[in-house]
Amino acid sequence: MIDLALVLDNLPLYLRGTWTTLWLTFASLALGLVLAVPLGLARTSRNPLINGPVWAYTYFFRGTPLLVQLFMIYYGAAQFVWVRESVFWPLLSQAWFCALLAFTLNTAAYTAEIVRGAVQATPRGEIEAARALGMSRALVLRRIVLPSAFRRALPAYGNEMVFMLHGSAVASTVTIVDLTGAARIVNSRYYSPYEAFLTAAVFYLVLTFLIVGLVKLLERRWYAHLRPRPG
Amino acid sequence: MLDLQGYGPSILEGAVLTVEAALAGLGLSILFGLSGALAKLSSALPLRLLAGAYTTLIRGVPDLVLMLLVFFGGQMLVNDLVARMGWDHVDVGPFTAGVLTLGFVYGAYMAETFRGAILAVPAGQLEAARAFGMSPFLVFRRILLPQMLRHALPGFGNNWLVLLKATALLSVIGLDDMVRKAALAAGATRQPFTFYFAVALVFLALTTVSTLLLALAERRVRRGEARPA
Repeated sequence: MIDLALVLDNLPLYLRGTWTTLWLTFASLALGLVLAVPLGLARTSRNPLINGPVWAYTYFFRGTPLLVQLFMIYYGAAQFVWVRESVFWPLLSQAWFCALLAFTLNTAAYTAEIVRGAVQATPRGEIEAARALGMSRALVLRRIVLPSAFRRALPAYGNEMVFMLHGSAVASTVTIVDLTGAARIVNSRYYSPYEAFLTAAVFYLVLTFLIVGLVKLLERRWYAHLRPRPG
Repeated sequence: MLDLQGYGPSILEGAVLTVEAALAGLGLSILFGLSGALAKLSSALPLRLLAGAYTTLIRGVPDLVLMLLVFFGGQMLVNDLVARMGWDHVDVGPFTAGVLTLGFVYGAYMAETFRGAILAVPAGQLEAARAFGMSPFLVFRRILLPQMLRHALPGFGNNWLVLLKATALLSVIGLDDMVRKAALAAGATRQPFTFYFAVALVFLALTTVSTLLLALAERRVRRGEARPA
């Protein structure tokens, strides 16, 4: 029933698509993480001028679909003359850049809330002890708060990585030939939906398992001190 | 503020379709989720394996890919069946395909949520109910369901919010939902940002209302719990 020859013939297309999916996903995750740490810390601030704007940002990006965010940037940017005349237009007129921007802003919003939760869960006594030892606020953050917050955030962040991998499939709606885009090309070329989409599904499944495995490895490393000692 | 140039009613019409698809998908996902959870906890090995494969495989693949598979593949399957039966052509519309996929995909997430909630109900209570001679269905209705609701609600709420936002993907398979209405309006007026932003605001309103309702529901199902003194 499944035409394996068709799948094999198009394997190069799928592999190129996999590469696009991978770099889009991991570039957005990396850029998003860099943004998310200061944003998440800003969310723990008691100053409404710092906390408020970041709250609004995460509320918007977590409350609307990624597809709509992508369309707002990809189709929407051209509406404004000042955008078209700006130095960013050569970038904003390209699909890959719009996808990267939308994905980065989206994952940064989710990750910022993960960071906020992990930072707020820091035991008060640890911070007080560090302050009593004479550490500056920056040093407390670097030595005490962030290392343990990253550890607490890891399981939730692993889920976010998988969500981003799956979310990146919407890149195929703005002409990008990622893994889903490759499957859509194969489907429209041969009208064989099973071969086209099941192949992509298997690729995604493998990528998902790889990410889950990676997080498990990291967990083993970061939680080594929590493992029961042998005998 | 936002000047929708007369396309407001059309976007709202699309919003109604979006909500309908999301609610239909939710109903279906609860059915799939409950069956999946009960199968996962069943004593029959084949059922456990089947449910395990369902939740693992479905949660490992993007919903858009599954949606495209059901939309194009489902149509092909129906065409084959119909031809074999000698009937006339039957069209699997984007609404049917979309709702089926949403239900099937988010059913896998619901199954995990419900499984945890069922395990949180003390097994002794279920045994006691059986010992009183209640039928399995009565045990489910009287003992399991009311108590698992409390544990299932937070995860259920998260799943609903993800499902609601995933409804936007139905525009990709051609459903005339609000994202597609916005695309049409954007093409006619050359103001894409305005219309996609309007759609984003409607989604934001829907998720906000959902969050508020879920918080209310959570207060209600927790009303029997002891408050910290």
